[in-house]
Amino acid sequence: MGNIIQLAWLVPLFPLIGFLINGLGRRSLSKGAISFIGSGAILASFIVSIMIVLQVKSPGFTASQGVLKMFDFISVDKLIIPFAFQIDQLSSLFLLIITGVGFLIHVYSTSYMHDEESEHFGRYFAYLNLFVFSMLLLVMGGNFVIMFIGWEGVGLCSYLLIGFWFKNSDYNDAAKKAFVMNRIGDFGFLLAVFWIIAKVGSVDFSTVFAAAQSLSKTDITIITLLLFVGAAGKSAQIPLYTWLPDAMAGPTPVSALIHAATMVTAGIYMIARSNILYSLAPITQTVVAVTGLVTAVFAATIALQQNDIKKVLAYSTVSQLGYMFLGLGVGAYTGAVFHVMTHAFFKALLFLGAGSVIHAMHSEQDIRNMGGLKKQMPVTHITFLLGCLAIAGVPPFSGFFSKDEILAGAFSVNPVYYYIGVAGALMTAFYMFRLYAMTFTGTFRGTHEQEHHLHESPVAITFPLIVLAVLAAIAGFAGLPEVFVENGHALEHFLAPIFAESAKLKHANHLDHTTEITLMVSVTVLILITIIYAWIRFSRYRKTEADTKGLARVLENKWYVDEIYNAAIVRPLNAFSGLLNRVVEKVLIDGLVNGVGKSIQYGSRQLRLLQSGQVGSYILLMVLSILAFFALVFFTKK
Amino acid sequence: MPIQYYIFLALALFCIGVAGVLARRNVIIIFMCIELMLNAANLLLVAFSKMHHAAWMAKPAGIASPGADGQLFVFFIMAVAAAEVSVGLAIIVMMYRNTHSVDVNFLNRLKN
Repeated sequence: MGNIIQLAWLVPLFPLIGFLINGLGRRSLSKGAISFIGSGAILASFIVSIMIVLQVKSPGFTASQGVLKMFDFISVDKLIIPFAFQIDQLSSLFLLIITGVGFLIHVYSTSYMHDEESEHFGRYFAYLNLFVFSMLLLVMGGNFVIMFIGWEGVGLCSYLLIGFWFKNSDYNDAAKKAFVMNRIGDFGFLLAVFWIIAKVGSVDFSTVFAAAQSLSKTDITIITLLLFVGAAGKSAQIPLYTWLPDAMAGPTPVSALIHAATMVTAGIYMIARSNILYSLAPITQTVVAVTGLVTAVFAATIALQQNDIKKVLAYSTVSQLGYMFLGLGVGAYTGAVFHVMTHAFFKALLFLGAGSVIHAMHSEQDIRNMGGLKKQMPVTHITFLLGCLAIAGVPPFSGFFSKDEILAGAFSVNPVYYYIGVAGALMTAFYMFRLYAMTFTGTFRGTHEQEHHLHESPVAITFPLIVLAVLAAIAGFAGLPEVFVENGHALEHFLAPIFAESAKLKHANHLDHTTEITLMVSVTVLILITIIYAWIRFSRYRKTEADTKGLARVLENKWYVDEIYNAAIVRPLNAFSGLLNRVVEKVLIDGLVNGVGKSIQYGSRQLRLLQSGQVGSYILLMVLSILAFFALVFFTKK
Repeated sequence: MPIQYYIFLALALFCIGVAGVLARRNVIIIFMCIELMLNAANLLLVAFSKMHHAAWMAKPAGIASPGADGQLFVFFIMAVAAAEVSVGLAIIVMMYRNTHSVDVNFLNRLKN
């Protein structure tokens, strides 16, 4: 099939074309045409991506083949930044996830968004395609600058899509929140890029990573920390995570796209891509691991008490992203990328399943008003259950393998990480099955009208669910741990070239097999007990009017983090802006600008008096001026 | 005679002219004062020209003469001054016919 890598630019091109056609023709195209173009563009990218992955997998592939220079993007003095793509094991794997899951979400959206007016339907698909395009640019970029273009692109698209229903001002606020939070992170990313340019003089991945060994310890720590700030913004880590739960304001497939295929995995991708930098900066690694771990547990506690089906899933995403950062922090890069992949499948599945439920319940999102849906919605029910099993980490579903790999990596670095991580995993199992049990088992608690309209969703919705459920169930076999099958970790072998340099630096600290199996079995038993407990407890759930008390109330209000941010940052900032507006703007700036105008007016009014019409005074002035001129010449001549 | 005498005389004439222009209101007097300033300049031209010529005469033969440009200029200025006087007097006559006065402070119609 020739060298398909030379055609890699086709992958982002298709969504871009789709964006242009749907965006420009949204008033004239029919909904069918829009769906076809929107989904077709992603499908075309997906097919090219598959061919690229096959090519990358073939034995003849070397890293130098994968760099594709299109043209010089910036060329200033010695700094030349080409518009380059880099195709290798890591980026091709992400291409597959983004286009594959993205395609399913597009198909799903054709049905889910069908009630929108044609114009908004077109706008929606245009944004969706732009989103995928930006994400593809992000993972395909051959240097930090191209990556940054995609990085900003996904930030913009998330803003557009979260605020898709722009007539609701709450949704607009959520969109603005996402945008501002991301901007804070992007600032860190940008500073890191500048720092790299100053120290290395290039932003190409290959050049920077080759020069990493020669950088001073301080430089590399600062660069990695700044990059991590960017990653924390995009991938919703403490303290920049609050935008992600609010991002639920967008349509449900958008949540799936943000949480599974695009956007939040960008931070993980960036750190996995710069793994060599992080391996050389142990301080940053500790920061990443601790932040990830704290986020994982913190978000999990919040998810325990949420009653909005999408909010539970949102906090679970934050929590799972925390695990990925934990993996990156302890040097288990393969584990983190593996978890990105499995998470993409089961989180997309769960969100799309939740969308299916919300669709059937006529926009009801409160799980206290659901229950017993498994009879009416068998496909959604089974696929959702598979997703829950996968995220909870029940073997042999995918989440088990990826989470286990991260936790095993954490154990080998510091057992404390491991125990806290397991506590988070148990909470994950608990809140997911609380969600499942309250939604699908027990008795229906909604209104009669809702009950009457309950129905299974159409094929365009169930088809992606089934595909994702299969993937969520079996994707774990791509990375079987060594204990079970010798050389069973296909993904690790595939990604080995990317992490080769880091692997050299890492101390071989493998767990012996008995410890590993003991840990695995005990965790699995604990998880199963948690699941059964949650299932039994919440399938008998009855609606109560009583308010929650104590810790539960704190959790329900998300530890009051939003309120704290409001009081500590937003309000002082507003007050400061008010001060600037009243004092600096009104008095200083206006005073300066208006003062210049006023003084000129005043001066000219005074000067006008000189034109008196008296010939004598004119002549006097003339003589005086000439004398002054002579004096000037006389005194300055020397 | 030393050149300083001529310079002081010319300076005195010129200052009288300036003072007259500034102080007097009668147009004809102002006009005469302008002529005074012109002639102060003429006097200097003639004096310097004569001085350079005398200096040349004292030098050994063979050096180019400075010529008599200064004196020629004076004739030129006199011709121009005569033309100016005729135009100026004509204006003053017209002014007197219109305003029955030769006071410059009357000529402030262009104000504003």
